[in-house]
Amino acid sequence: MADNFKFNVDGRELQAKPGTLLIDACRAAGIEVPAFCYYPGLSLQAACRMCLVEIEKTPKLQTACTTPVAEGMIVRTSTPIVVDARRAMLELLLANHPLDCPVCDKGGECELQDMVFRYGAAESRFREEKRHVDEQQWSPVVYYDAPRCILCYRCVRVCGEGMDVWALGVVNRGARSEIAPNHGDHLDCEECGMCIDICPVGALTSGAYRYRARPWEIKYVSTICTHCGDGCKTTLSVRNGKILRGNNRDHSGINGEFLCIKGRYGYDFIENPNRIRTPLIRKDGKLVEASWEQAIQTIAAKWKEILHRRETGTQEAQAFGVIGSNHTTNEENYILQKFARTVLKTNNIDHHRTVDYAALIRAIANAIAKPVGDSAARPASDFLARSKDLSIASAVLVIGGNPTDQHPLLAWNIREGCRLNGTRLYVINSRRIPLARKTFRFLPIAEGGEQNALEFLRGERDAEKRLQGATPGGREVTAEFLNDFRDKLGQEKDLIVLFEAALSGECVAQLVEWGSRLPGRTRFIAQGDYSNSRGAADMGLLPNALPGYASVEDNDARLRFENAWSTTVPAEPGMPLHDMLAAAAQGKLESLYVIGANPLKGWDTAASLGGCFVVVQDLFLTETALVADVVLPAASAYEKSGTVTNTCGELQKLSKGMEVMGTRADLDIFSRLAGALGVTQAPLKSEEVLEEIRKLVSGYGVPLVNIVAGGAELVAPLDGFQPVSATHTANVKSSRDTLFTSGTLGRYSSSLQAVPERTTRTEPDPA
Amino acid sequence: MQFSTQLEEKFHRLAQHYPVKRSALVPMLLFAQDEYGFLSKEIIAEISRRMDLTVLDVEGTISYYSMLRTKPAGRFHLQICTNISCMLRGGDKLFDHAKTKLGIGNGEVTPDGLFSLEEVECIGACAWAPAIQVNYDFHHELTPERLDQLIDEIQRVSRV
Repeated sequence: MADNFKFNVDGRELQAKPGTLLIDACRAAGIEVPAFCYYPGLSLQAACRMCLVEIEKTPKLQTACTTPVAEGMIVRTSTPIVVDARRAMLELLLANHPLDCPVCDKGGECELQDMVFRYGAAESRFREEKRHVDEQQWSPVVYYDAPRCILCYRCVRVCGEGMDVWALGVVNRGARSEIAPNHGDHLDCEECGMCIDICPVGALTSGAYRYRARPWEIKYVSTICTHCGDGCKTTLSVRNGKILRGNNRDHSGINGEFLCIKGRYGYDFIENPNRIRTPLIRKDGKLVEASWEQAIQTIAAKWKEILHRRETGTQEAQAFGVIGSNHTTNEENYILQKFARTVLKTNNIDHHRTVDYAALIRAIANAIAKPVGDSAARPASDFLARSKDLSIASAVLVIGGNPTDQHPLLAWNIREGCRLNGTRLYVINSRRIPLARKTFRFLPIAEGGEQNALEFLRGERDAEKRLQGATPGGREVTAEFLNDFRDKLGQEKDLIVLFEAALSGECVAQLVEWGSRLPGRTRFIAQGDYSNSRGAADMGLLPNALPGYASVEDNDARLRFENAWSTTVPAEPGMPLHDMLAAAAQGKLESLYVIGANPLKGWDTAASLGGCFVVVQDLFLTETALVADVVLPAASAYEKSGTVTNTCGELQKLSKGMEVMGTRADLDIFSRLAGALGVTQAPLKSEEVLEEIRKLVSGYGVPLVNIVAGGAELVAPLDGFQPVSATHTANVKSSRDTLFTSGTLGRYSSSLQAVPERTTRTEPDPA
Repeated sequence: MQFSTQLEEKFHRLAQHYPVKRSALVPMLLFAQDEYGFLSKEIIAEISRRMDLTVLDVEGTISYYSMLRTKPAGRFHLQICTNISCMLRGGDKLFDHAKTKLGIGNGEVTPDGLFSLEEVECIGACAWAPAIQVNYDFHHELTPERLDQLIDEIQRVSRV
């Protein structure tokens, strides 16, 4: 690498790598160079002329945002001529800019306001009438006010370069220039709101937030989005106990500033009028409102009776089945399985498994235990990737799925890698998914052909033959192309492989085995659907595994938990989700306890659960809640604290943003139920539960300092891993949510329901 | 859509002309406009497809350049300069006169489709101001009378 250049800014000797932009070098040294259009990570625009500086031996002022540093360069950033230039630029920007700051949403957090305050002239010399254009609504969530626009093109670039959507452009010229949406008077896009977020002024405003608050009256709560599995940090603007918006302007989370429509607007399910706010008990066939005390006592009475019958041996059916959630916190999941195993004394506990995390962890543990050839054992970090690693890895392989829709942050990071760091993207897919536009190599396969593609990667001749020939999308796959695809992959130094539900069980083992044989480093990301899908699996919402995937059949593992909990844990694996439902339908399950899940969605008739005593704990009257005997109103992730683990394994902290009257956090409900059954469930507080998790759950003993400060730690539940029997993995199934659906929560989010793309966005074309 | 052989040939030559594909956009639009009189939605869609640009990008470019138009002009498109040199020598009056004479306003077309009128910025003929441009032909040092003659002449010739 070439030596640093030495140069002088405002009398200070600075150094920077060749190629560094002057604006970055100045900012890194704490020298203020203002700019509107310059935005790290996006292409250079040099449109706003705010970053003009004086460079010795250059006759005119130069834009620091497009000037690379040079050896011996002498720069001045605050001479009278520079100050004058900035003042003139601001005067011109304000020539047509309405001075409606008192009603503008951006007032108080507006970059133009700040700049004028700092650098601007106190008065304007313009006497002409300001040009006015009426405000436009481009979508339910995006509004545009052209006169406020300063034409920095940040929105155009973030939409095109960052999102790869290219829904915004610039039309007309001079004073008439304005930003335009791609469909004349409206947008057809991903509705991510990045354009609103990145707008330095109040030109682009949010349908959810506009005219509702002033930034200085807001309490900012940093928490984790409760929708998909990517675990983006969203900073909630809360005022008087109401969430007004979500964004991440401080770039503080794993997602930087990125958020999709769900993270930015999808919190609004919390206020849906259909939210349950009172416990409900079934009386004469109808669910009627009841007090918490009545509801808890009703459940306790029934469960005590079942427990008693089991103890006295008069019971024939299975006593309890427990179905946990993909959205509840790690602490809640941990306590739930503890409650199920130690109070209800059952391993009949499961959750909707959207990807096979257990198989991935098992495969990695095996690869570590038995390294390829005589190479040394590799650490877990050689197999698991953080979400941000996608932006810096030399190559990414996406097998199946559609990350743009199902994992917006992972897709954003992949695009960033391709754009800024030369990441080579390999995609194997039966559809021309949006990421295909960024690919280095795209391998079209038949619908459902992911396993076959894996066999091809592993070198099976038959699989390779099946891939050859014409594809449904009219492409031709040749033997040469296939060989080249595999050879190129094999040469990658640092590869991250993304897979989803199409590969589960033994396939995941084969995938990891293939990856660990490649000469470079190969890491894996299993793409699960929901905010704590990974945490649900890690915390042992599994019929065959305790927290950290410790097998219930393994005496040592069980003993470790039994000692810590001072009680016994059943040794026999329980029923997976579908077996529990089947047992209930056949009258072979006495009680089903469903927490934040809707397993009956898609089942033909709910009445088939017949004699089973069903307790549902949820936010809404789901298909499952409708057949419950008791319904308990639960709090959402935005209404409680705790931790969640994203699909890559990054552990992050939730912060409580607000409360919804009548609901209770799931953790509190578990304690209350345990109490009613005469058991003191410990620990009670989320923080204490996390301590217990850190002590007992393999991989979770990570330092807290980063997490408490709003960061993330990668957890790898691999230490002391004991093989878990793989018999239950058949039921892995993704919900295949789109950008505008999000399981049950999405059905109650008015913004997700309102955007027209929800119905008009079509599935990608066949590959 | 299908372009004429001549236009295809022009596009083909343009495509090899620039290191960056999109650089050919403006001349392509101009050639297409010369042939079709204006840039229709179909033409814009086709050109954006060929250039790997979004329709919005192409529309943005068209809206930047006053010479590119998305509505039909008259057979004879009168572009009258009212920029400084021409204004000082009566360009404004010339423009007003043309409006009265043709009975149309800026950017409008006569009912018979023969003329359209546009007020334009400097056309680079300051030395012979006031100047106007009819399609690609320049007419210099005009007076309202000479403009009348020009218009009458065009009408006479086109009626034949």
